[in-house]
Amino acid sequence: MDPRNFQVTIGGQAGQGLVTLGWALARALVRSGYHIAVTQSYMSRVRGGHNTFAIRAGTGFVGAPQEAIDLLIALNNETAELHRAAVAQTDGVVILSSASATIAGRSLRVPYKELADSRHEDMIALGVAAAILGLDLSLVSGVVSSRFETKDAASVHVNSAAVTAGYEWGKHAPPALNVSLPPVRAADMRLMLNGNEALALGALAAGVRFCAFYPMSPSTSIMLELAKHADVMGVVVEQAEDEIAAINMAIGAAYAGGRSMTATSGGGFALMTEAVSLAAATEIPVVIVVAQRPGPATGLPTRTEQSDLEFVLHAGHGEFPRALLTPGTVEACFELMRRAFTLAEASQGPVFVMTDQFLADSYRDVLPFDLNEPPLRPPPVAEPVQDSYRSYALTASGVSPRLVPCASGHLVVADSHEHAENGHITEEPALRTQMVDKRLRKLAVLSANVAPPEYAGSDAPELLLVSWGSSKGAVAEAAARLNALGQDVATLHFDQVWPMVPSQFLGRLQAARHTVCVEGNATRQFARLLRRESGFLIGRSVCRYDGYPFTSEYIVERLSHEL
Amino acid sequence: MSYEPVTLADYGDFETSWCPGCGNFAIVEAVKQTLVAAGLAPHQVIFVSGIGQAAKAPHYLRANFFNGLHGRALPVATGIKLANPAFKVIVESGDGCMYGEGGNHFLAAIRRNINLTVLAHNNQVYGLTKGQASPTSQEGFTSNVQPHGAQSRAFNPVAVAVAMRASFVARAFSGRHDHLVEVLRRALAHPGFALVDVLQPCLSFNKINTFKWYSDRCVDLPPEYDPGDWRKAMETADIWGGQIPIGVLYEETRPTYEDRLADRAKSTAQPSANNRRDALCAIMMSHA
Repeated sequence: MDPRNFQVTIGGQAGQGLVTLGWALARALVRSGYHIAVTQSYMSRVRGGHNTFAIRAGTGFVGAPQEAIDLLIALNNETAELHRAAVAQTDGVVILSSASATIAGRSLRVPYKELADSRHEDMIALGVAAAILGLDLSLVSGVVSSRFETKDAASVHVNSAAVTAGYEWGKHAPPALNVSLPPVRAADMRLMLNGNEALALGALAAGVRFCAFYPMSPSTSIMLELAKHADVMGVVVEQAEDEIAAINMAIGAAYAGGRSMTATSGGGFALMTEAVSLAAATEIPVVIVVAQRPGPATGLPTRTEQSDLEFVLHAGHGEFPRALLTPGTVEACFELMRRAFTLAEASQGPVFVMTDQFLADSYRDVLPFDLNEPPLRPPPVAEPVQDSYRSYALTASGVSPRLVPCASGHLVVADSHEHAENGHITEEPALRTQMVDKRLRKLAVLSANVAPPEYAGSDAPELLLVSWGSSKGAVAEAAARLNALGQDVATLHFDQVWPMVPSQFLGRLQAARHTVCVEGNATRQFARLLRRESGFLIGRSVCRYDGYPFTSEYIVERLSHEL
Repeated sequence: MSYEPVTLADYGDFETSWCPGCGNFAIVEAVKQTLVAAGLAPHQVIFVSGIGQAAKAPHYLRANFFNGLHGRALPVATGIKLANPAFKVIVESGDGCMYGEGGNHFLAAIRRNINLTVLAHNNQVYGLTKGQASPTSQEGFTSNVQPHGAQSRAFNPVAVAVAMRASFVARAFSGRHDHLVEVLRRALAHPGFALVDVLQPCLSFNKINTFKWYSDRCVDLPPEYDPGDWRKAMETADIWGGQIPIGVLYEETRPTYEDRLADRAKSTAQPSANNRRDALCAIMMSHA
């Protein structure tokens, strides 16, 4: 086992409670002071199949999953068999039922039926795992109680009893099977959030007032999180009849003066594209979250991919400015979501936040966010409203003063046609040209607010790994592994891929001896975009598009072929 | 600009892109008259429309408006109402936009019972794209793309709305001005989803359902007609042919979507900025 971190993987069928188990174990690890990165892998079904909840935990930074498994909690035989090789890599331990005849190396066979009501096998397994990992029982019980306290006292009691029974049994496991965790020093209080929860929190921090959506994995839990807090935060969350309605509602709400957003995934976003163009033409600010999953069409509905970059970049007919934010961490999900609302208002148009299934579902430990922090750079001061208010007044910045309808004597007009300054239809060629130019001038507002990509490493490295979005952690770990072997590897990560400001990063690319782009798609979309915008050709790429997230092992292994 | 009192002149007079004799003119005039009678000034009303000849109507009077995409007027209007339930919102579009491209939204808006006045200009044909069959074109209606006649049965919007117990369902005819104004008055005053399907001739592309065709068939509902009687309304909404009943076919009062939102807000007390910050902090710390 790596002295600094380890991987616990829980596997079983959908419906066996592995997410509850995994969530509680992850939370107990965070409360114990460990850093974590969770990878949830599940099939598109409500019962059966093979799902996993994998927790990578460590005493230092953890940014990605690992393929080798130190502790496997196998809720069924299939899990033990599927992950045998991954467990063998570390000579890890397998927790499985004493009723199982499956052969597993170092195994701990739990007599579930004797310990508690076997309907709570997941909680018994949690207790066993906590014991052999050396976690504090009261801490684990506390997590379980908080999970079930919203139900009823009986649920809290029965689940806690199952955890305790498992823990007591686990304490008497042969010492050789104890997975002694690296010691951790008392740390700052940390939160445990996944990408979607952080996005929801970021939207609330930005003052979102209206959200409309149509359920689609892996975006749905953003809206679930918002709906949970809607009443207390004074937010309206509406389940629309389809994605087309969802984005049109969000645009309508924004026209009426409410900060608004929607969230979806590939196919749902395909339905929204006409209205992306509508937001641009009407110059209405709207934030759109696209949680990517593998396509085309239905693809792999519950898996991960970064293949919709070009789609989102070009979605919508006609020419207009937009911004694409691509957070690489849970912290960035929060920060960039908050920032997205500022950018949308500053540029009066659509702003996108792109994630993917891996990051959406990936729990991490984070420090509490500073809720007082004002949004980065305030929006440009709107020019004062003239007596003869015109919704599309031609201005130097391209941004027209924006009023809310029915709030003054002025008429507020939004039109999808090409329009005159007063919002009425026009086909006058000179005015059409002026209006296109006005809208495109707003790109400068967005370009002036691009946060530079994050660089880490020596100034002229042997190898520079370039990434965007959720692959950030795996790339950072891959670089660290190679550097530990004496290589000179740097990283350049983009949390925003559009607009692109080459002066922010071109020097870094040119200074490296070799450059490799790491991205979760087959056609090197980001590398090609970067070449188009900066002229710099990244010659090699490490691509992954099998539905699974990057790991440092995967990247290092591919690099050994590439270089 | 002051509007004391509101007059027809406040709503302006615009050059249009409509054919002379189009039913749209009469509908716009009736709308203006209804708003003036209700004492609503141009800045107190929001029109939401889609795409089509009828959907241009908001461009031809002075008011706030959102002229969006084909078929998508209702979701935009819904978003406006959910963001600010106090706004007076009128949705105006044609039969193709409202019942064809926007069909799913039409059903969903009825179910929500959101407080919107929906004005569907129904000329049973596509005007802007020059003469193709619309959802309400009668079976066998021939056109440039349906030379053998429309093969689908006509959509009956009022029957569908009554079947779904939309809280206000009316049919009117652009050629019966005073009747139309009265129906619009009631629709505007109705708390909840109010559909007014306005039959109108298209002089250029519908040679079957002409002004005379509608005039000969449209008949007022009898004085004893009770719009609260759902079964009778269902039966009446289905009548189409030799006679076409016009008037308020069905009306019921039930809580609107906004009422339910307001109830929820009352039960949780709308948060002040400070409370919202505290609440946000509590939400964040619940993840510890």
